[in-house]
Amino acid sequence: MAIDLTVNGTPQRVEADPDTPLLYVLRDDLGLNGAKFGCGLGQCGACTVMVDGRAVLSCVTPILLMQGRAVTTVEGLGTAEAPGPMQRAFIEEQAAQCGYCIPGMMMRAQALLQEQPDADDAAIRRALEFNLCRCGTHMRILRAIRRAADTLRHAETGVPNGRAG
Amino acid sequence: MLNQLIKQAAADVAAPSRRGFLKGAGGALVLGAMLPRTGFASEAAAPKVVGPADPRPQAFIRIAADDTVTVLVKHLDKGQGIMTGLTTIVAEELDADWAQMRGAFAPADGALYANHFFGIQGTGGSTAVANSWDELRMAGAAARAMLVATAAARWSVPASSVTVEQGVVRHAASNRSARFGELAEDAAKLPVPQNVALKDAKDYKLIGNPSLHRLDHVSKTDGTAIFAMDIRRPGQVTAVMARSPRFGGTVKSVDAAAAKQVPGVLDVLTVPRGVAVVAKNTWAAMKGREALTVEWDDAKAEMRGTEEMLADYRKLADQPGNVATDTGDAAKALAGAAKVVEAEFVFPYLAHAPMEPLNATVELNPDGGCTIWAGSQFQGVEQKVVAAMLGCKPEQVAINTVWAGGSFGRRATTDADYIAEAVSIAKAYGKAPVHLVWTREDDIHGGRYRPLFLHKVKAGLDASGKLVAWRQKIVGQSFMEGTPFEAVMVKNGVDATSVEGSSDMAYAVPNLYVDLQSPKSPVTTLWWRSVGHTHTAYAKEVMIDELAAAAGKDPVAFRLEMLKDHPRLQGVLKLAAEKAGWGQPLPKGKGRGIAVHESFSSFVAHVAEVSVDEQGRVTIDRVVCAVDCGQVVNPNIVEAQISGGTGWAIGHALRDEITLTGGLVDQSNFDTYQPLRNSEMPPVEVHILPSTARPTGVGEPGVPTAAPAVANAVFAATGKRLHHLPFTRSGMV
Repeated sequence: MAIDLTVNGTPQRVEADPDTPLLYVLRDDLGLNGAKFGCGLGQCGACTVMVDGRAVLSCVTPILLMQGRAVTTVEGLGTAEAPGPMQRAFIEEQAAQCGYCIPGMMMRAQALLQEQPDADDAAIRRALEFNLCRCGTHMRILRAIRRAADTLRHAETGVPNGRAG
Repeated sequence: MLNQLIKQAAADVAAPSRRGFLKGAGGALVLGAMLPRTGFASEAAAPKVVGPADPRPQAFIRIAADDTVTVLVKHLDKGQGIMTGLTTIVAEELDADWAQMRGAFAPADGALYANHFFGIQGTGGSTAVANSWDELRMAGAAARAMLVATAAARWSVPASSVTVEQGVVRHAASNRSARFGELAEDAAKLPVPQNVALKDAKDYKLIGNPSLHRLDHVSKTDGTAIFAMDIRRPGQVTAVMARSPRFGGTVKSVDAAAAKQVPGVLDVLTVPRGVAVVAKNTWAAMKGREALTVEWDDAKAEMRGTEEMLADYRKLADQPGNVATDTGDAAKALAGAAKVVEAEFVFPYLAHAPMEPLNATVELNPDGGCTIWAGSQFQGVEQKVVAAMLGCKPEQVAINTVWAGGSFGRRATTDADYIAEAVSIAKAYGKAPVHLVWTREDDIHGGRYRPLFLHKVKAGLDASGKLVAWRQKIVGQSFMEGTPFEAVMVKNGVDATSVEGSSDMAYAVPNLYVDLQSPKSPVTTLWWRSVGHTHTAYAKEVMIDELAAAAGKDPVAFRLEMLKDHPRLQGVLKLAAEKAGWGQPLPKGKGRGIAVHESFSSFVAHVAEVSVDEQGRVTIDRVVCAVDCGQVVNPNIVEAQISGGTGWAIGHALRDEITLTGGLVDQSNFDTYQPLRNSEMPPVEVHILPSTARPTGVGEPGVPTAAPAVANAVFAATGKRLHHLPFTRSGMV
């Protein structure tokens, strides 16, 4: 069946078995590599994307439910030339090791900070409980998200913040 | 020992055989992973040059007209940062500007890119920096000399008056300068200088610089880093495979009718390792496999469960094993000891479960060879195994190595494993490039585990509390036997990877006996981040802690007394203890534990502070770690690797195990095999000992001491010893 959705601001029409998880549509049909296949069971968070601003596990979300929705993947957060605040924060904190979990971490954090710009450490850690990292770079990921939060708050209030980079 | 091993490093991986791809071997491979403690760059004398004595800039360095310098990196970067590390070494000797540096994975070419500790191209054993250190410094220095000579000739000035700084070649007296890109084409025409002066460590600007950013961070945060999972060749199809649910099972019959009815399924093929479903896309391939009916023949399969295997191991531990080390007379010394401490340790099967499941794309070429895209870790093995499968020459097997989403040892196999599987499907299908994808369930069920191990240790103290005897019986499968590595790695029935860290322990024990039995099972096993040290260091460091307690001595002082000939182990032990505030009192319910170990010629000590509540719930409050890995190339990456290794070790020790019931694996995905979650990752402070000794690795050495430090801290807090891993087997939650 045909599904119409918006991906990173671009309208897309995809023909797919309605059961097909969003993840495989993004990767196989739309050629977007950012969302990763890690477990296929909603257990690791590597596939996390935003749907209408909420973090969603795309590996267990049927494309059927995506009619008319707005999907954002890590490719929608910025580019190498013009990185968004979340990307800049991850780069500044040198947070990635293998990097496979990182897009999912970034999308989870982006959704959190859009909803709760003043999310504290406990809220960040709670949100990230869904997302697994095997390399053990958790602490740098947390630092990166705190940095992004600072930058985003700073951008909103215009108040300089020494930690923002 | 090392030189002797290197001489035997003639890579000769035999043709695939029916029982896998392992059988038979003309020569042997050496694994740096298993280099004995007395090997390269340990406290014994190190060789002057590792690798060829001649500089080879043409193999490693590409300077483009746009002034970018690309270093061809012969090792897989699976997150350990080696692309950045190796590029830094070249940039330093080249006096390049970090901003102009790029990295690219080198092609598979054993003549140019062998790991000098393996004799073939491959990554593992924390060897990447150590085996590249000389060749990349020489390559960088030679390229610099060629750029200088080109500029000097162009400007008609003596080469000695030309300087290089941050990527600019300059003649100060005449105020002339040139960028690398302007000189590179002419420089490449010059003969490569055979003798180049290398920098003194005190002059390093990039090596050891904590502010260098990794080369992969931008692409890993915007989705442009290409992993094997992201490869899409024109016309590519996706395959998933059904494999025997029991290890050693084979296909008896296949009913593919329903699978072939699934929209998008293109074919169902029986291949040596199982039944492949080939489809237009990932989802169709997965649904096709669900619809497949395969009857398996379990005649040669493992039918036991873990507890039955352990019962068998316990019986074996009471029998004489193959002797790994026997100095003095441990039996006699134990008989005469004033105090004897005994313990049985159990270490479960463990999966690597890298975040990126195993996958590879294979495209058959008209010349009879093929091209492979994979997070390839053992290119040398893969080229030979695949060549034998296709009946072509190894050099006709082109391998495009791409970023790997973790490995922890899993992607390096002696039989090319999943890559050989992908080739077998591409060959059987024949119509299009094939992308083989393992699901997470395939990965958790897929074996190649850290072997199940049982240790029985008995140690004795004399009346003064001095350790006088140590007798250790080790039982666990060998993953070297039956492979081309066996000839070098298994001596007198002792697989060096099963006893490393025990039989060569640094503690001065006058009567030391270690033996090994390697029972066989169809369950496949493999090296797993830090290999034998994953279990030997734990048994050793927990046992030493118990002996210190039995002797009434402080755990740090007790260790230091027995490490008089090991200044680098003493160094990390003292530093970790000092930084952790060793000896300062802790409140009730909290405890502090320490462990120290050498692995892969690096030296690491961990101190853990834990809280244990009344339910036996362990919280790790703080971890302090000291590491001596010689000259540090990138301190930021060393910190990342050591703290990552710490989290890796702790996560598995807390609750992870692969268990079997009736031969079937009980776990299947991250819901039942649960990695460390971010709320459980403790803060880890990493302290690096300054050193100008030859650099050694850090990918694995952060693992061995982390879990025993936690276990010893739990003892300090509760008086309870954790002998069986994971901790849940020892009554912790």
